[in-house]
Amino acid sequence: MRLLRIVPDDTKFDFMRFRRISFPISGILSVLAIVAYFTLGLNFGIDFIGGTLIEVQSRTGPADLARMRATLNALNLGDVQLQQFGAPTDVLIRIPQQPGGEGAQQEAVAKVRNALGAEVDYRRVEVVGPRVSGELLTYGIIGLMLAIVGILIYLWFRFEWQFALGAMIANVHDLVMTIGFMSLTQLDFDLSTIAALLTILGYSLNDTVVIYDRIREMLRRYKRLPMHELLNISVNATLSRSIITHVTVTLALLSLLIFGGPVIFSFTAAMTFGAVLVGAYTSIFIASPLLIYLGVGEGRETAAEEPEPSPADATRAQAKR
Amino acid sequence: MLNISRWRAIAILLTTVFVSLCGFPNFLSEQTLQSLPKWAQRHIVLGLDLQGGSHILLEVDSNAVRKEKIETLRDDVRRVVRENRLGSPAAVVVRGDSVEFRVREGGNVQLALSKLRELAQPLGGLLSATGQRSLDVVDVGGGVIRLTPTQPAIVERIRQSVEQSIQIVERRVNELGTVEPTIQRQGVDRILVQVPGLQDPSRLKELLGKTAKLTFRLVDQTVSPEQALQGRLPPDSELLRGSKAENNQPYVIEKRVMVSGEDLTDAQPGFDQRTGEPIVTFRFNNNGARRFAQVTQENVGKPFAIVLDNEVISAPVIREPILGGSGQISGSFTVQQANDLAILLRAGALPAPLTIIEERTVGPGLGQDSIEAGIRASWIGSLMVALFMFLTYGLFGLFANIAVAINVVMILGVLSLFNATLTLPGIAGIVLTVGMAVDSNVLIYERVREEVRGGRSAISSLDAGFSRALATILDSNITTFIAAAVLFFIGSGPVRGFALTLGIGILTTVFTAFTLTRLMVASWYRYWRPRTVPI
Repeated sequence: MRLLRIVPDDTKFDFMRFRRISFPISGILSVLAIVAYFTLGLNFGIDFIGGTLIEVQSRTGPADLARMRATLNALNLGDVQLQQFGAPTDVLIRIPQQPGGEGAQQEAVAKVRNALGAEVDYRRVEVVGPRVSGELLTYGIIGLMLAIVGILIYLWFRFEWQFALGAMIANVHDLVMTIGFMSLTQLDFDLSTIAALLTILGYSLNDTVVIYDRIREMLRRYKRLPMHELLNISVNATLSRSIITHVTVTLALLSLLIFGGPVIFSFTAAMTFGAVLVGAYTSIFIASPLLIYLGVGEGRETAAEEPEPSPADATRAQAKR
Repeated sequence: MLNISRWRAIAILLTTVFVSLCGFPNFLSEQTLQSLPKWAQRHIVLGLDLQGGSHILLEVDSNAVRKEKIETLRDDVRRVVRENRLGSPAAVVVRGDSVEFRVREGGNVQLALSKLRELAQPLGGLLSATGQRSLDVVDVGGGVIRLTPTQPAIVERIRQSVEQSIQIVERRVNELGTVEPTIQRQGVDRILVQVPGLQDPSRLKELLGKTAKLTFRLVDQTVSPEQALQGRLPPDSELLRGSKAENNQPYVIEKRVMVSGEDLTDAQPGFDQRTGEPIVTFRFNNNGARRFAQVTQENVGKPFAIVLDNEVISAPVIREPILGGSGQISGSFTVQQANDLAILLRAGALPAPLTIIEERTVGPGLGQDSIEAGIRASWIGSLMVALFMFLTYGLFGLFANIAVAINVVMILGVLSLFNATLTLPGIAGIVLTVGMAVDSNVLIYERVREEVRGGRSAISSLDAGFSRALATILDSNITTFIAAAVLFFIGSGPVRGFALTLGIGILTTVFTAFTLTRLMVASWYRYWRPRTVPI
């Protein structure tokens, strides 16, 4: 059987030169993402701003959105939003946070239940009071910070600080892009989006670490190779792996996106965008070329003259075993 | 790298088989599962988002606890003042978070101070060595003594209230007769109630929202409700409203409690024999029965009120002394209301009101849809990944697919071992693991391809491929694992389920990469002794 070769053997793309295009592109896109965030804003779900979300299913064929909207607007609950959700019978109702503390939210739900009566099935009711929503947002932000710091510390231990810094810049780049994406698409930004962001972080780093690992190995083995060339060789050597892994992860995520149902749609959408589109690009075009600027590998010639057995010998010795 | 000793191979296989078998109970029927010994019953619990049900987060009103503590303190101080003739009880007032007592002109401040200091209790029982006391009693000058409950004392009181509340909530929820409700404390002053399979949580919320403080008190007949509304309310009485069914009619009720709900031993719903109206019958304990008998004897012909959470349920006239220690409450109830009131009275009153601060209810229909969507996405995703791996790596792709399949089985096994909860995002985590787990194989295989291109022999390429790739696999997975761990600790509910499967998935991925894939490739090599690697 002839096996599939997505990437031909021994590619020799000059990825490092591409940084003259990729850095400005990323710069512009990051600015656009930030602009999108400040102009369009994120479509915060009830997890973070409180309020009520009710998913109903009409028992009598497709739901009559207009009539339902009229019924609910008559309740004076503020800006009630209705949206068809998945099947034509299903409607998602969003009720903003009601003034008057925790109890008022529950009263709003009771009113809606009364108004819609028995013509619908209640598939999901989520009520998040003002206190909980505030805490969830705080925990979400703290969690993201903790994860970034934790990963940084790990990378610092395993690599040199330049690698950790490069990975962090690449990371922030991914997060900024994804937040821009969420602002543009106005997909729900809720607790599961934080989960998606954390996964993107882990996944994008996973990719970066694989390339960094190779760069480190090359640094030990080829003491006199120019940095530019060394980085190119490393990225090219791992290119096939990067692409194959991205294909498998994309297949898994697409299947979730298409077949996983509407409940986790915004979660998988954020993850697909961040992990597949941005993550793949970042590790090759941002994280690796960054190392040139961060001064990795400077002063290697002196290191080579040290009398100690070089790590490269150790690797070779290990390979022979 | 490819030399795996016989014992090691056996150990690897045994571990794999054991962990995989842990997932077995999930495929048994409920009945078969029940008949197994306890240790074999461990299985995955479906999250509320999959099986449907209610998640309700309650908060104990700590301000009410604080307020009550201050009021109790005021009553205690008044008692001490009265008993020791230190002054007028009216000179004891609540001021902010303290109680103040103004000693009368020329009174003995030192004596008052020492008597009031007796109210302060050491905290934490006899064994506590902290020496902290429940009260700060200070002379603030001008003959005023200020008593302030200490912070630890208040925290302790709140803790007790939450404990009591949990017990009472448990009793109330259990009365609903649902399967396996869980009630647990969360944080300092919160209670999480999770009830699977509940379609409409209205009744549950109704039951949880009531404090259910029941009191029997006399109706104050010295003033009419109308006069009281105009402000002529006697100091020992209060104005309370009747139930909605009675158009919130006002009543003037004495503050003094004749008998309270604490003295009830039983309450049952029933029907009035004459009118056929739903009622609640109750029975007092000895203490309550004696007091009730005494009061009713002394007040024949006068009305008394049955008050629940500051709402007058009914105010019947005492026709004759009630000596038997039992009675009935009628108040234009529906059957459901009578039932619920009986439940509330049996379960007892909450020490402080509970507020619902978060509710997430999923109906069984959506849960079922989510399970189906999740399973469909898992199969399609896995099959596509498997097909792609086979097309890319042929035989080695099959090895990778076997490793991933075992990986998923092991994830289910580990989840079962911990009786963990599987949520819809959790299923997403498994699908994502499938996509990412093959990465470890890809890393190894690509490295082997490289070594083959470098001109090495089959065995040497495989060997180098494995040994170089494994370090990378470890590094790259630890980063994702850190993210998953953080997510597990900050997340709750469905999101936590995602972190859990993702984290376990990473562990099993690393395990299979280091052991099973190696074992498979090694066995294949030993059997065929190929000259080239078909990769």
